[in-house]
Amino acid sequence: MSTNTITTQKVNFKVFRFNADEDYLPYYENYTMDITSEEVVLDVLNRIKWDHDGSFSYRRSCRHGICGACAIKVNGRSTLACKESMTTMIEYFGNDITLEPLSTKRAIKDMIIDKADFWEKHAAVTPYLVADIDECPSCENLVSPHDAEELNEADLCIQCGACHYACPVVEINSDFFGPAAFAAAYRFESDIRDNDTGRLTNVNEEKQGVWDCVKCFECAEVCPKDINPIEKITKLHQMAFKKGVAKNNVATRHAVGFLHSIKKHGLLDEGGLVLYSEGPSIVKHIPVALQMFKKGKIVMPWNMPKSDNLDEIQKLIKSSSTVKF
Amino acid sequence: MKKLKYALFTGCTAKQSTPEQMMSTLAVARKLDIELIELTEASCCGASHLQDYDDFLSLVLNARNIAYAEKHGLTMVTICNTCQLNTAMTKHRLDKNAELKAKVNEKLAEVGLEYKGTSNVIHFLYAIIDDFGLDKIKEMVVRPLSQFNIAPFYGCHNIRPSELHDESHKNKENPYNPTSLDDLIIACGGKNVDYEEKNKCCGFHVELQAPHTAAVLTGNAIAGATDNNADMMVTPCPLCHLKLDTQTKHASEAIGRDVSLPVLHMQQMVGLALGCTPAELGLKHHVTEVNFI
Ligand code: SF4
Ligand code: SF4
Ligand code: SF4
Ligand code: FES
Repeated sequence: MSTNTITTQKVNFKVFRFNADEDYLPYYENYTMDITSEEVVLDVLNRIKWDHDGSFSYRRSCRHGICGACAIKVNGRSTLACKESMTTMIEYFGNDITLEPLSTKRAIKDMIIDKADFWEKHAAVTPYLVADIDECPSCENLVSPHDAEELNEADLCIQCGACHYACPVVEINSDFFGPAAFAAAYRFESDIRDNDTGRLTNVNEEKQGVWDCVKCFECAEVCPKDINPIEKITKLHQMAFKKGVAKNNVATRHAVGFLHSIKKHGLLDEGGLVLYSEGPSIVKHIPVALQMFKKGKIVMPWNMPKSDNLDEIQKLIKSSSTVKF
Repeated sequence: MKKLKYALFTGCTAKQSTPEQMMSTLAVARKLDIELIELTEASCCGASHLQDYDDFLSLVLNARNIAYAEKHGLTMVTICNTCQLNTAMTKHRLDKNAELKAKVNEKLAEVGLEYKGTSNVIHFLYAIIDDFGLDKIKEMVVRPLSQFNIAPFYGCHNIRPSELHDESHKNKENPYNPTSLDDLIIACGGKNVDYEEKNKCCGFHVELQAPHTAAVLTGNAIAGATDNNADMMVTPCPLCHLKLDTQTKHASEAIGRDVSLPVLHMQQMVGLALGCTPAELGLKHHVTEVNFI
């Protein structure tokens, strides 16, 4: 049997400091501390406040990975401070550790940020059950275990915002709802008791909705609760097709276009896909296409390569398709 | 060492918009004496879009591709991050869920195939690093890339979700601090460039529906590499390559700054160091000229 011996090592911390009321610009303060193998990131925040600077500010409440208040960035990676072990962080990044708020541009004081955009997006996806509930029920409103599984644990989200502020699209497109809001939308959309009619359409609108997700998996990687928001995003795409609310636009045609290509060639016909997705707007791609053509990067339709045994692929498409558009 | 042999899943771009990726893969395999059996029966993996439309169909098609690798009794190698993700994700889901696997196999049986779960799926990058070995590559370098600062661009789908990728290769890659490409650059004699965007997204998958987002991400990546004195970038993903190589005009407009760097496929970089000719590596197929040879 192995006994867990507590080890200690020196770690240099570079800590983001800013007070919106007083400071013109943020700055970084350096602290060197002995860190034991038992400590979590929140212990470090506490020690900075208790041992070094009482004005140091951060949010925390439950200390048990439940309230979602304590998420910050460690060397650029969003983490739940009370759950993340310092040993793992040192393993990841070595002994020079940078502590920053989830979003430096939204900083109010040190680790505390203004999460208004996060809550706005959350509120925008109807994050509650829409149902005609009998106000004086005579028995419980039971959900079978099988139906409850449909939620895929989306209900475990603690709204910490780690995924939202790790999402590259949130930084670029201020209309984008973001991974946490999508997970919330999915949580209610997948609940059999829910009979809202607008939510799914809303999260499938262009610009704000799931179609603008770049599929980078940052949200899945970062979530301290293993919610896997991108998986929920994929399910929202699928639900839109299944429930017939998917609009006919460049994004949906882009997904469906793959099927047409594979049916015809086995492989993707790149040019054909762009044409099918864009329709007449294809003209905007002509300058780049010409450059690519000159470099031998465009295959003409009559030279399109095909998969061997294409008949098998076609047969499988016929027998295994589960959706119609 | 026993001669390495794999089933090659080329994906679609290698046959169309990135012919140089196919050429350089074969050239490097020849140099390293790795045998690649091309899976000519394979279909498109759906590029993470087909599954948004029809998840089950996407599973069946990907399982069919893997079944062909299994027939050869070989590990499948991919040469595109997104092919790797889709194929490995299919494998993961089928291996973990007997019921789903049975459903998929019921369909595959119609065409006389079966998905067993016996073939591993790895990206060629990890095949040459883990299976062939960095040290051996280093020994074989005849033209070290010592004058060059090379910025690695990892591409999302090779490093995230890390749990999935950890199943398929031994050298666990840290998605927040990946090292495989950096190590490969150093093995080829180059100087690896560290920059913030090296493990970020290039935006490829929303190029049609969200062109601005896509262009900003591409622009930021090239700008990050440029600001850290990179002479060129290198990537294991042909989709990232397409973005970084062909979309510099849109990227520059989106970030309000002219950016452009030569971008090599990982295979081209290794090929250059091993003494392959520019013609073998298809360097003339780049939109942003590879001007340092
Ligand atoms: S996968 Fe989509 S939602 Fe998740 S972080 Fe990336 S862009 Fe954002
Ligand atoms: S999905 Fe995960 S990371 Fe995102 S807010 Fe919820 S708990 Fe936090
Ligand atoms: S980096 Fe971009 S193109 Fe490459 S795999 Fe990720 S999302 Fe796709
Ligand atoms: S303090 Fe509540 S989640 Fe960390």
